[in-house]
Order: sequence, then structure tokens, then C-alpha cells
Amino acid sequence: MLRDVEARVIANTRLSPGYNVIALAAPEIAEATQPGQFVMVKSAGSADPLLRRPFSVFEVLRSNTRVEGLTLLSKRIGVTTKILYDAVEGDTIACLGPLGRPFDLIDPPAEAWMVAGGVGLAPFATLAETLLARGTKTTLFYGARTGAELFYLDWFESRGIRLVLATEDGSMAERGRVTMPLERELRQLESRIPNPESRSDVMIYACGPEPMLEAVAHVAAKFRRPSQVSVERTMGCGMGGCYSCVIPVRDGPNGHHYVRSCIAGPVFRGEDLVWD
Amino acid sequence: MARRRVLIWDLGFGVWDLTDLSVQIGALTLKNPLIAASGCFGYGVEYTEAVDLSTLGGVAVKGLFLKAREGHPPERIVETPSGMLNAIGLQGIGVHRFIEEKLPELRQLRATVIVNICGSTLDEYVELARILSDAEGVAALELNISCPNIKEGGITFGCSLHGTFDVVSAVKKVTALPVIPKLTPNVTDVASFARASEDAGADAVSLVNTFLAMAIDVETRRPELSNIVGGLSGPAIRPIAVRMVYECRRAVNIPVIGMGGIANARDALEFIIAGAHAVQVGTANFVDPFIWNKLLDGITDYMRRHNIPRIADLVGTIDTTSREKEWISS
Repeated sequence: MLRDVEARVIANTRLSPGYNVIALAAPEIAEATQPGQFVMVKSAGSADPLLRRPFSVFEVLRSNTRVEGLTLLSKRIGVTTKILYDAVEGDTIACLGPLGRPFDLIDPPAEAWMVAGGVGLAPFATLAETLLARGTKTTLFYGARTGAELFYLDWFESRGIRLVLATEDGSMAERGRVTMPLERELRQLESRIPNPESRSDVMIYACGPEPMLEAVAHVAAKFRRPSQVSVERTMGCGMGGCYSCVIPVRDGPNGHHYVRSCIAGPVFRGEDLVWD
Repeated sequence: MARRRVLIWDLGFGVWDLTDLSVQIGALTLKNPLIAASGCFGYGVEYTEAVDLSTLGGVAVKGLFLKAREGHPPERIVETPSGMLNAIGLQGIGVHRFIEEKLPELRQLRATVIVNICGSTLDEYVELARILSDAEGVAALELNISCPNIKEGGITFGCSLHGTFDVVSAVKKVTALPVIPKLTPNVTDVASFARASEDAGADAVSLVNTFLAMAIDVETRRPELSNIVGGLSGPAIRPIAVRMVYECRRAVNIPVIGMGGIANARDALEFIIAGAHAVQVGTANFVDPFIWNKLLDGITDYMRRHNIPRIADLVGTIDTTSREKEWISS
């Protein structure tokens, strides 16, 4: 059920000069959130900025069995992300959600391969927890510009998620884009397959900059594996009202049409999107 | 100003409060003066999780052409101080799919549906009006002659007094539904367009559509919107919109539906006092889809505090008598 909560800031962890994880007391929203869904947030009681901004739900916070709230992984680039970075315990953030179409989940024996670029890690903590609860073996391919911007590695590792890392400057793990190890492992997988017709062995989930999502969708299609990508477009309302967050999806062999990424997405099948 | 006491009587099982929020727009009675603005509320069905559509005075659905339209490529919006620019380009499913796919659900939800129609030609407006007059569940037609973001049609009618007169009278000839031209503020004298609408037989006018505007990213020197220019909405435009509603109210006898930057009950009341029979809310619904009950509560509370039994009694009650007397007497 959709709710608008004036959520108290429970904690705000600055991970680096640019990144933070903010914890909000919005248990009603957290409880209803499925992996891949998002919330629209703004500073409570302030009309500046006017519009809310969309954020994937990063974690659902639990103490024992009770849901206490949710966290957002944010990268400081604009006015709202600066508010989220600077927020202190006790501030209130207006939080509307949960919104959008979640990821389709995959069950064993198939594996889940999550591919994150930078702040695109955002939807994968909740997805990982949900998949692990279903017994699905999960790998995180995670790339960033530099090793100092790879976060929550212990969090994922301690839950039994295999990590495959890449940095653009080579300061940690493999140098280059995260799609390189992804392609390599897909090729290995392909060489091990006894029956080339059965390719439902892995589901690829991706979130990050659109060029990365395009590359993931292409490499998934090349090895005929299904992919789901979570996109981020400039969004006005998150409800389907304003038609600003549209993205082109395939329509026939050459055509395309725009759909609203807030309600038709933010998660799409990789093969459905038309890349600019 | 009518200053009757609100009739309240206690029947022992609660207070019956006869606060009358209904307003009359031509032959159409709205249960309250709050209408979701076209282009800001999808087709209405998107918002059922946030608001019971039957509690709204009306739902003005996204502008419809005869055929489906793709709209402009992104970027389609950008936030500006106390407002936003948009250039969506009237993406839409076309009137036929609207009638087949959306109208049945809107009927079921008991929404008072105001269909906003757009044409590239006069004939397209007429054809749309004919088709929608035969559809079940349409309460009124709002003529979009004011979208600033598309080159063809629409705005060319809305920026010419003859064009406005012609499109309103042509539509009036083929429909019994209330006809409400939506006026653009991007003209020198908006009141003359309200008069042209009234002369052509319009049942009401709605105003304002957005203000033509633009924003540039100075780092890249690129326009923020793919369409370069777009329409400004939000609280930034409210004082101008209030002035325009006030001017139109003085110029015509038909009801005026006011809009432009309404973000709370106070703002809605400001438009009503300026002369609006009803108001539309757009951008604020993006910020808070649960705004509708808050607006209704705020308006009802105001009516109680000021002993106004009927919201219609508040319309156009702006007091412009000289302030000097108050200075002297106090």
C-alpha cells in the first residue's frame, strides 16, 4: 500500500566525501517494499526543492523480527542528495512509497548475477536478502571508478554472496569496467553447458549508469541469458502523473514507444529497451 | 459578502454540518471545487492508491488527440525556483483507446471526468467532441487551446481571438456537454480571450495554462529541455495566475476555473476569492498525491471559521474597498 511518511532520520553514515547511507524510520513503507522498488523523497516541511527525487530502497532495517525502517544509498550530486548527505539524526524526510515495478525473482537451481555500477548498488541489498531467503545462489559484480568507492563489501560477503569487483583506475581488484568480468564469466558458463538450449541457468540483474545497462543488456543477449535492468530517469512524481520519466521500449522490429519508467519500470527486461 | 451562520445541529449522535462545497459549472454540478489539472494526473486511474476519485470535484484527464502521440524525447522536465518547466509534448493514447481502456474504470470509480481535448485543426476538435459526447461517463470537455509545447494546433487557436471564438463555437454546435476552453497566459490581455470564449457560448473558462519559459545549463550551454522551451508551473506563477483569474472574473459572467501554483488550501481560497468558481491543482499533486483531503479539510475549516455555509458564496468576494477608512477608524 502506498504511503507518505514524514520519516525521522535514524542514522546517517557518510561512506566517503560523496556517498552516504541514510536510515529513515518509515517501517510501513519498508515492510511493503519489494526488491527494486523505490521511494520519492524530499525534505519534510520545505518547499525547496519543490519536487521529490526517486531513490531505490537500499536496505530494509530489521531488529529481531520487527521492521524499523529503510535505508537509501545516495551519491551527492544535486540539491536533494546534498540534503540527504548533510541530514542529521532527528531530521525529517518526507518519504512516499513503495513505488514502481520490482525485480522478478529467480529460484534455484538458477543463479542470480547482480551487476552494479557506482551508486547503482542501491537496489541490490534488498534483492540479495530476498534471493538468499529463497536459497538462490547470488553473485555481485560491482564496479566503481576507484576502490575507495566500493562499499558494503563485508555486508555482501558475510551473507555468502560471491563478489566480483572491478575499478576503472585499477586501485582495487580488476582494472576496467565491470562488464568485462561479466562477459568472461558468461563465456565460461556457456562453455560448460551440455545442452545449449537450456539457458535458464542464470538471471542477470543490473543497475547503474545507462551506458553500463546497455552494455549488460547486450552481453546478456549475446549469450542468450535473460536480464533485468533498473533505470534512472528524471522523474517528476513517481506515480505516472507527469510523463517526464519516459524511456523508449521496443515496439515491432524497428519501432519504439515511450513508457513511463516510474510505473512500467524502473525495472525492465534488458531486451525490451531501445538504447539511444 | 453573505455572512450567514453555518447551520449546525446536534442530533445526539454527532454533529451535522451543512457546509456546502458544491459548485455549478454551466449545467454541471461539481461536488466540490477541487479538480485535478490536466497533464498532472495521468488518466486519473494512476492515482487510485492515493485518492478516491469520487471525492474530487472533477478529474481533468491528460490531453487527448484523435490519435496516439509520442511526445517529446527526454529531458522533459526541470525544476526551477518554486516551480518546474515541462515540455512533455502531449504524449497520449488517443481518444479511442481512452474510451476503451480508461473510461470504463473511471466510470466504475465514479469520477467526474473532464476530458481535455487537443486538435491540430478545427475539425479535429469537432470530431473529438462528437466522439466524446457519445461516450458514457464524460462530464465536460476542456478545450486545450493553450499547450505551449507543441507547434501544431492548440496554441495557434488560443493565441488568436478569432481562433478561440471559432473553435469554441464549432465545438458547442456538436455537443451538449459543458465546454470549457483552457486559456493561455502567454497573451497580452487574457480577459479578452475569456470574453471571446463567452461570446462563442463557452460554459466556463479555465486558466492559466503554463507560462512559456526556458532554462539553460550554463556549464554545457545546453537547454535543460530537449524541446528548448517549456511551460512554467508551480508556486512561482501563482500571483500572476491569481491576477489573471481576477481580470477574467471581471470580464465575463460565465464561471472561471482558476489554477496556477496552488499548493495548499490557502492558495485555493485565494483563487476563489479572486473570482474562481472552482480550482485545478497540478504540480502540487506531483509533490503530494495525498494533497486532496488536506485541501478539502483546509477549505472546510476556513468556511467554518468565517461562517460561510456555501463555498459558492465566497466566489469573487475580494474586498477592494479603500484601506484608508480602516486606517482612520483604527
